This record gives sequence, C-alpha cells and structure tokens, in this order.
Amino acid sequence: MNVSVEATRQLIRLRGRSYVAFVFAPVVPIADWLSDLDATLAGSPGFFLGKPVVLDLSAVDLSPLAITHLIKSIEARRIRVLGLEGVEPARLSIGMPPLLSGGRQCVVQDVELEKPALREPTSLLLDVPVRSGQSIVFPDGDVTVLGAVSSGAEIVAGGSIHVYGALRGRAMAGINGNASARIYCQKIEAELLAIDGYYHTAEQIDAALRGKPAQARLDGNALRITPLN
Amino acid sequence: MAKVLVVTSGKGGVGKTTTTAAVGAALAQAGEKVVVVDFDVGLRNLDLVLGAERRVVFDLINVVQGIAKLPQALIRDKRLENLWLLPASQTKDKDALTEEGVGRVIAELRKTFDWVICDSPAGIERGAMLAMRYADEAIIVTNPEVSSVRDSDRIIGMLDSKTVRAENGERVEKHVLITRYDAVRAARGEMLSIDDVLEILATPLLGIVPESQDVLRASNVGCPVTLNNPASTPARAYSDAMRRLLGEQIDMRVPAEPRGFMRLLLGRRAA
Repeated sequence: MNVSVEATRQLIRLRGRSYVAFVFAPVVPIADWLSDLDATLAGSPGFFLGKPVVLDLSAVDLSPLAITHLIKSIEARRIRVLGLEGVEPARLSIGMPPLLSGGRQCVVQDVELEKPALREPTSLLLDVPVRSGQSIVFPDGDVTVLGAVSSGAEIVAGGSIHVYGALRGRAMAGINGNASARIYCQKIEAELLAIDGYYHTAEQIDAALRGKPAQARLDGNALRITPLN
Repeated sequence: MAKVLVVTSGKGGVGKTTTTAAVGAALAQAGEKVVVVDFDVGLRNLDLVLGAERRVVFDLINVVQGIAKLPQALIRDKRLENLWLLPASQTKDKDALTEEGVGRVIAELRKTFDWVICDSPAGIERGAMLAMRYADEAIIVTNPEVSSVRDSDRIIGMLDSKTVRAENGERVEKHVLITRYDAVRAARGEMLSIDDVLEILATPLLGIVPESQDVLRASNVGCPVTLNNPASTPARAYSDAMRRLLGEQIDMRVPAEPRGFMRLLLGRRAA
C-alpha cells in the first residue's frame, strides 16, 4: 500500500507512510480462483486474519455488482480487503474499499504460509509375525516388525519398513511419494519390494542376496538392493 | 474345564481328519471325555475314519437348525466309551451353519465333555471360520512343503484375529503338527526341514507324524491310527502329541521309518 497525502495548512499534521500489503490478483473464472484460495487457506487457516490485503482487479473485467460480490466472498473467508487496484474509478461504488495506485513491488517478509502444525513423528511397531494374507497399511510413517513377514503378507508404509526377521512377503515403502524411504530386513526372501512406486519382484532380486540382511533404497529412478553389513 | 480344540490347516489333504480321529481317540484312551465334531459339511469324512458312517441319523446341521437334539445326534464310539462323534451333514452345504447356532452347540458340548475337537474343512471360508470361531486351542496340521506351510501361516493369522478369543483380546493356544514327514526326502532337500517349517510359522511344535502306510490302512478300516496299530510310528507320534496337549513334557522324536541300505546311502549322500 502506498498512501501519500499532500500536507496542507491544517492543525493536524498529516504524514505519508508506506506499508506492505498482500495483493490478491483474481483471475477468471472467479469461482476457480476462490477455490484455489480456499486450498491455500486450508494449509494455514487464519494466516490472512488481520493482515492487510489489496485486491488487484487488472486481470479481470468485473461489473460493480461482481466486484461487490467478490469482496463479500473474500470477507466471508475472514479476509478484510483494504483497498482496490487496477480498476476504473467509475466501477467503484460507495462502501467499497478505496482505490489505491502507485503500489510498488516489494519482498514480502514471512510470505511463506505457515506449514500445517508438524505432526508427531509416528511409527507402527508390530511385535508379532505378519502372517500370510495379512496386510499392514500404515501411510503415516515407518513400520517396524519384530518377527517375520510371511509369504503372502504385505506391509505398506508411508515411511520406511524395518523387518527384524525374514521378509518373505511384499514390502512397499514410501507410498505417498516418499523417495527417501528405505526397506531393511534381516533376511531377504521378499516376493516384492517397492519404494515410491519403483519395484523389484523376487526374480529381479539378486540371488546372491537371498537369505541375507539387506536394504533397499531408491537411487534416482532405480531401486537398489544392497547387503546390509 | 472343557477345552475346544480346532484341527485346521487351510490346505486340503494334509491330514486334518486323520489327526482329529487319532488325537481324539488317544485322548479318550487316556481317560478324557472327548467329542469330535465334523465341520466339513457337504464333504464329511470323519464318520468314515471313525467307522461310524452306518450309524449316522442326525447331524450337526440338524442340531444347529433345531431339528434334532444334541444327544440324538451324538454317536458313541464302539471301541472307546469316552469318544463321541457329532457328524456333519453330507447333503447340506456350509451356508447352513450359523455362527449363533454353532456357538449354541459348542456351549452345550462344553458342559458334558472335557475336549470338543472340531475338524475344520479345508479353505478359509465359512466352514473353516466357524470351526475355529469358538476354539481355545488349535492344532495346525502342516505338511513339510511350501504351499501347505503358507496356508498354515494364513490360518494362524486368522486364529489370531477371527476367533472369539482373539476378539476378546485373549490368545488361542496354537500348536503345529507336522504330518506326512519323510526324513529321507527331507534330508535330500525334497521337503522342507522341520526347522524351516517352524521358522516360518513361529509357533510351537506339537509333534511330527511320519508319512506312513499305517495311516492309510487305519482309515480304510475305519479306525483311528492310534487304536488300529498303537505300536506304529504314526500312532506313537500321535500319542506323544496327545500327551503334550495334556501338558506333559516329552522329548520330540523325529520319526524315521526303518531304512533300507539304499535309502541310507541316499540319505547320507545328501546330508
């Protein structure tokens, strides 16, 4: 925001001061833009609460009625519109925020939205063997198994998979696109190993590794299975 | 305190019915009051193995559906007065079993018997689920080969999740019984070894029953192997297993059939 008022002979001395405001530049279709805004807000509700926001309408061609409606929609999201920009004064009506001009680009500090509160690191510990036909799905973090994962069983984890025993079933780590997830086991006899969608079937696993401690990780787009020693 | 014991395996043809009959007869011989219940509705066999097939009037389904009273359906063994059979129906299918009805029958059997042994059908469908549903203990019959072991593993997982005990947060006590074991073939690597099986199943071993002609001979004459030829290796293995079920500590014997010269030679070469 950039306000400058010419000093006149008055008892009250007016001063000019510039402030930084966030600028929203809606694009058509407005409905889509609003839902994008909602998506941003979902990440950090209340971020714009009490912060100055200016609406830049230069990219859209809206009637006074539509402008009023847009401002109402934004305010319904608990964001107060401080001023308008990029619209002819003729389209403005009483009750709308004032028209601003002469704004300059600037770096907005702490512009990055607050990350959703970091959740506690979660992991799932299983101290019983995972039997054939059982499926353990844990998208929120690591899975640790104290015991064997049988042929015909599967472990699906958002994070890494640790098997303190023989891994004879299927292990799928990093299912939510976590390429840094790994799979560790004391005895590799797996039917299938996958990390972030890249997989090896039992046939592709080096026969020399069979029955030995091993780890699987992603190296670029290739799944690497190496001895764990 | 009555115990409900399910004999199950997942896979078919591994020796569930033979085991039910042999262990049931052995327990009855040891003075326990035993009823063996055939859950293989539609494919009943237990009556044949016990030699009671010509005395079946009412069956489990009739009792579950309330057509017959339990004492009308129970068949007492002619050789062992402590052994009773509740046969399955051959004409109905397993959908005729209801969880509530089976629960009622099992609860009634618990009142009069020391052991209620449920002979599970193969598979993991309704019949098998209901056979294990009310179990306190389970014998998982496994042959030393990969498909049988994997199916047993699946069944163990179900015993740990689908039984009434599991749902109440209690444990079903599980025992692995390896049947049709052939020491010579195991030594040659044609079968999984006992250690391999136990390593995969991570469940205590109840006994090892050898592959034997005695088993076939016994079921052909309609007599549990433990009664038909008590001195045979499978009969001894079954009675050891029975004594372990009763809580006795007995050294595990790895049974071997008497070896001929050639078999000895082959067995050594592979070892």
